[in-house]
Amino acid sequence: MSKYQITDSDLVYAAEFKKQPFGHQSPGLQRILNVLRGGPVEGKYILIVLEPYKRWALGQLSANRGTPVKVVAGYKFTDLDDAEWTVFKLRWKEQTGKDLNL
Amino acid sequence: MIGLLGYADRISARPGETIQIMVSTDSLDSYDAELVRIIQGDVNPDGPGYEEEVIPHDLGGSFTGRFQPINLGSYGVVEDNSTFANLKSFGVLAAVWPTLPGQGCQVILSRQDPVTGVGFQVMLDEFGALAIEIQPKGGKSTICSTGHALAKEIWYAVTASYEAETGRLTVGQVPLHTHPGVEGMVTKSCATNPNLSQDTVKAPIMLAAQRTSGTASKHHFNGRIDSPRLFSRPLQMAEVRDLLDIDIRHPDFGDLIAAWDFSIGISSDKISDVSAHRFHGQLVNLPTRGVTGRKWTGAEHDWTKMPSHYGAIHFHDDDLYNCRWDVDFSVTLPENLSSGVYAVRLYGEDEEYYVSFAIRPPIGKATAPVAYLLPTASYLAYANDRTGNEFSETEIVTGRLLQFNKNDLLLQEHPELGLCFYNIHNDGSANFYSSRLRPIINMQPKHIGQLGGIGSNLWQFNADTHITGWLAHIDQSYDVITDEDLEKDGFSALAGYQTVITGTHPEYYSLGMLDTIQSYVNTGGRLMYLGANGFYWRVSYHPEMPGVIECRKSEDGIRAAAPRSGENYASFTGEYTGLWRRNDRPPNRLVGIGMVAQGFDISAPYHRTEASHDPRAAFIFDGVDDEIIGDFGLSGGGAAGLELDAANPETGTPPHILVLASSQNHTDVYMTTPEEINDPVPGLGGSEAEIVRSDMVFFETLAGGAVFSTGSIAWAGSLSHDAYDNNVAKITTNVLKRFMNKKTF
Repeated sequence: MSKYQITDSDLVYAAEFKKQPFGHQSPGLQRILNVLRGGPVEGKYILIVLEPYKRWALGQLSANRGTPVKVVAGYKFTDLDDAEWTVFKLRWKEQTGKDLNL
Repeated sequence: MIGLLGYADRISARPGETIQIMVSTDSLDSYDAELVRIIQGDVNPDGPGYEEEVIPHDLGGSFTGRFQPINLGSYGVVEDNSTFANLKSFGVLAAVWPTLPGQGCQVILSRQDPVTGVGFQVMLDEFGALAIEIQPKGGKSTICSTGHALAKEIWYAVTASYEAETGRLTVGQVPLHTHPGVEGMVTKSCATNPNLSQDTVKAPIMLAAQRTSGTASKHHFNGRIDSPRLFSRPLQMAEVRDLLDIDIRHPDFGDLIAAWDFSIGISSDKISDVSAHRFHGQLVNLPTRGVTGRKWTGAEHDWTKMPSHYGAIHFHDDDLYNCRWDVDFSVTLPENLSSGVYAVRLYGEDEEYYVSFAIRPPIGKATAPVAYLLPTASYLAYANDRTGNEFSETEIVTGRLLQFNKNDLLLQEHPELGLCFYNIHNDGSANFYSSRLRPIINMQPKHIGQLGGIGSNLWQFNADTHITGWLAHIDQSYDVITDEDLEKDGFSALAGYQTVITGTHPEYYSLGMLDTIQSYVNTGGRLMYLGANGFYWRVSYHPEMPGVIECRKSEDGIRAAAPRSGENYASFTGEYTGLWRRNDRPPNRLVGIGMVAQGFDISAPYHRTEASHDPRAAFIFDGVDDEIIGDFGLSGGGAAGLELDAANPETGTPPHILVLASSQNHTDVYMTTPEEINDPVPGLGGSEAEIVRSDMVFFETLAGGAVFSTGSIAWAGSLSHDAYDNNVAKITTNVLKRFMNKKTF
């Protein structure tokens, strides 16, 4: 688990992620993603497939075997870029306490 | 809710043979079944299109739906006898090494009526303290506990006794070695009724669990038990250490009823009583053997050389070997059925489940020039994989949010479906065994994985249908041979085939399998290795128990958990375990290349090398003018990706090999494998490390055969691009055509 602390100086990487959430990323963005994607299993955001390759809902994992994935109300996606940016913003807020408005 | 699930008694059968199908459903009153041939399992709308062929063959449906439970957790059982029933006073002794003390009641030894509870059980109580519960017929139970929890992962001698004359219960626990901060000897006595008899109970002795109804069990012990013993007299705390170690023929053992020695028969599922009574027992659900016991000092690491140091069995509440469901129906395969990948498709209302298996050709008869090796050992290794559910870093290495489909949600809710080599036990220990005698959710067509890269995101079984789909597209007949066939039949399984094609990720190989395929290549066979991270881990099939393999990931390699010290030898066979490259059989020697890196976001194209223009390789690139190969695909958008193999003379790559093309510029979620790193330094990721690449290679063998290897799991995902009109499909087809030509290389 990363100990790196995200600050306002990392906003440039948030902008990079918004522009291109998949594939080659700068070392600075990768460091941010290691923080945001590397938290505990409990409560970790995942996508629940509603229709394969087409529609997804937002869910949260439980660290306990046998406990179902929890659906996060109010989030449905038909575009994976949109899903990535939405979760990036949720996690950014959890890490920094600040809304990400880009 | 489980919906509709099933499994078969075998994974490979020949025409005319019979397969038994076991089914469980909690949502359907009835269901139907049909036999299908699986051709292309990818349901991605951007893919080649799902394709299966229904075989006209009445399976006898419809069938009545019924629920069949899975009883998770291992234990030992010793059948009832009059000696147990005639016990008046008694004493129980064992050495234990608990891994989850304080997490629920955990039985060490019990003899209880499953319904009334009459009898006794020696256990760690819900607080982790040694306790005994005794219950007379028609009376109330009495529990006597030391009241002091045992510490985790420390060897203790524990004892519990009942003195019939006085009605006194005594319990005690003492660490076998002193540990700073760990409490020493604790004893406790309690009063209960005198003259209780055990003959009002008809029940076996259970080790590490309590019998409930039928074959079900509960209150499983998590941890190790060594030298459990039963006496027909109460034991004194002062004597328990001596009683663990002195020879059982000593006169002090005149009251000995049973002494189970787990260092005997480590490869088996039997336990031996070395007392004069010979009350031998049976293990259920494969607790782990070949593990260090109370005597282990580190002096010997091979249990076959000093079994007395391996006198423990590690029980887990999540062990599973065989669901032991009743058979719902049998399928006798039509005599004229072509070899292929097949399934019994169970279906009803909006539920369906594919029980997948291979149909081999008739015995002694290759019915096609090509054998497709279905990597069923690797399917077992990944059976019901919950990597994404349980390892947070999975999202980092896949470079995207994890997607949970219906099957992933089912696995999260139903731990009773059991573990694979990518999960750890509830107590944190490594899991060494994986069985197919249970539903395997991810061995179905249509299944979407989590490590398969951006695009179709397929892994193992379903990713391998990209190869069968291609073979069907080029109208190439082929026979299907499974890993179990290689293990069982040896060289004869491949004799007669002009070319052998692997799956995308044949990672797990037994010695028998490796010897078979190496012999095939050595005798002029042609091998097309259309994947990566193959021939990597050494596994062992059980010599007697069907459908289960063992894998201990010793030394290094990419692994969910390492064996503990002293436990690098397989319990099934006594073989040294770990990577094949640590067993002097690196994959490079067989296929020219070996595992170097992995990452699961996007894939990359190959760039041809000067060697690709060598006349020896002309047949491979016939009609291919492109210098960039595979800048497209369903597995990460490129032909080189997910897991990568590269050539390396230092690990056995033949000197005359042609490295035809290499990938480059992978992302930084691709990382160099641990076994390639002696000194960790920055720059081990895909954008910097030269080693992070796929090498496409070709070499001739001494006997006139040849090997072609792609070094990428993603390769097969590129075959169908542009309706199979692309340079990856062209190269693969070119190689296959030349390899089927008997002219020697």
